[in-house]
Amino acid sequence: MHISEGVLTVPVLLAGAGGAMLGLAVGLRHMDVQEIPRVALLTAAFFVASLVHIPIGPSNAHLVLNGILGILLGWTAFPAIFIGLFFQAVLFQFGGFTTLGINTLNMAVPSVVMGALARPALRSNSGIFSLVMAGIAGAGAIIMSAAMVAGSLSLSGDPFVPVSRLIFAAHIPIAIIEGVLSVLIISFLLKTKPEVIKG
Amino acid sequence: MTCEHFALGESILHSADPRVKLLLAAGYAVVTVGLESLEGQILALLGGLLLVIGAHLSLKEILRRLFVVNLFVLMLWLILPWTTTGSGVVHWGPVVITSEGLNLALSITLKCNTIILANLALLSTSTIFSLTHALAHLRVPSKIVQLIFFSWRYFHVIDSEFHRMNHAIKVRGFKPGSNLHTYRTYAHLIGTLFVKSLERGESVHKAMLCRGFDGTFWLLSHFYLRPSDICLGCLTATYLLLVIGIEWSSPWH
Repeated sequence: MHISEGVLTVPVLLAGAGGAMLGLAVGLRHMDVQEIPRVALLTAAFFVASLVHIPIGPSNAHLVLNGILGILLGWTAFPAIFIGLFFQAVLFQFGGFTTLGINTLNMAVPSVVMGALARPALRSNSGIFSLVMAGIAGAGAIIMSAAMVAGSLSLSGDPFVPVSRLIFAAHIPIAIIEGVLSVLIISFLLKTKPEVIKG
Repeated sequence: MTCEHFALGESILHSADPRVKLLLAAGYAVVTVGLESLEGQILALLGGLLLVIGAHLSLKEILRRLFVVNLFVLMLWLILPWTTTGSGVVHWGPVVITSEGLNLALSITLKCNTIILANLALLSTSTIFSLTHALAHLRVPSKIVQLIFFSWRYFHVIDSEFHRMNHAIKVRGFKPGSNLHTYRTYAHLIGTLFVKSLERGESVHKAMLCRGFDGTFWLLSHFYLRPSDICLGCLTATYLLLVIGIEWSSPWH
């Protein structure tokens, strides 16, 4: 879910870059240097997972998993997402230098918010409630990201409003799949390595 | 899996100092995004083409990259011309194609492709490791540099782990479809990947502590500005100034 280069107007790009830098600064402050290997390995795992294509009906979608990322990493999701997007920009030319900020912001803010929302429930119990919260976080992060992408397009000019509506609508099935997968992934992690989530 | 298709090569751009290339790529993207005149945008695109020609990259692979990104641009061409208000060029019943809409789509197409070409020529001709080094030399915060470095180092390890498990489920007769079984299988696959990478992260950390890791990222390779790097930097910077000059003197501005 990234906006290509050359589409957004300069004020939107600048605001995105500023917001992303702020988020990165907070994320890095929350991370001790000794945590670098753990965070880096999870970043790599998320980058690999984001290359997986999941069938949805006749089509397929690649995973984003920013809800789970927020649950596992909290504020550190900011640098993790920034690095994922940096790799994509250099390796595949998806997004690029000027959109790195706004794309990071659009994916990382939902990640941090949904992580913060679901973590208390996941820490305090492992029953059905925690799985519901995992699903809400997984689907909610995609919906929120799609809304932010649509918002940044709309802010770049009225002609983009129909495009942004289309993009938002296209993400609803993806959000449902992400929600289902988040429930299944969290329930797997709670069974096999609960300390990952319980901290 | 190797994604650094373009990093191997012997062109001037491949051997150039990655610090210079990073700064030029950033400058090129920033200037291009701000362009409003058609002349400026076309000139910037020409510059991008020149850079890609200078990098001697495989034409087939470049076209493949451009094709993927231009799918999004194509969607804009299908929507923007009739959603933008302005003077109509073509009227089909209630649908009015405006020249403002066509201009907007054209401008996005030019800018998007220009930045991709410049990035291909300037960034993709370096390995991620040398870009990481260059970032460290350009005083990007050490924590970010180390995260990029380690994520890239272990991306390959985790990717091959993933492919091993993917082969294993295929050998056992797994066929993906739109059903809960598929989603559960993928969820367990990804969950296992997370558990394995967290465990590997712990052992990597312990191994680093044994070697005296205290958070410092030691830079072993250093870059030296050569005359050819200064030439490349000055030439590209002059070209960008020319683009800005054309932009300002254009009646569009």
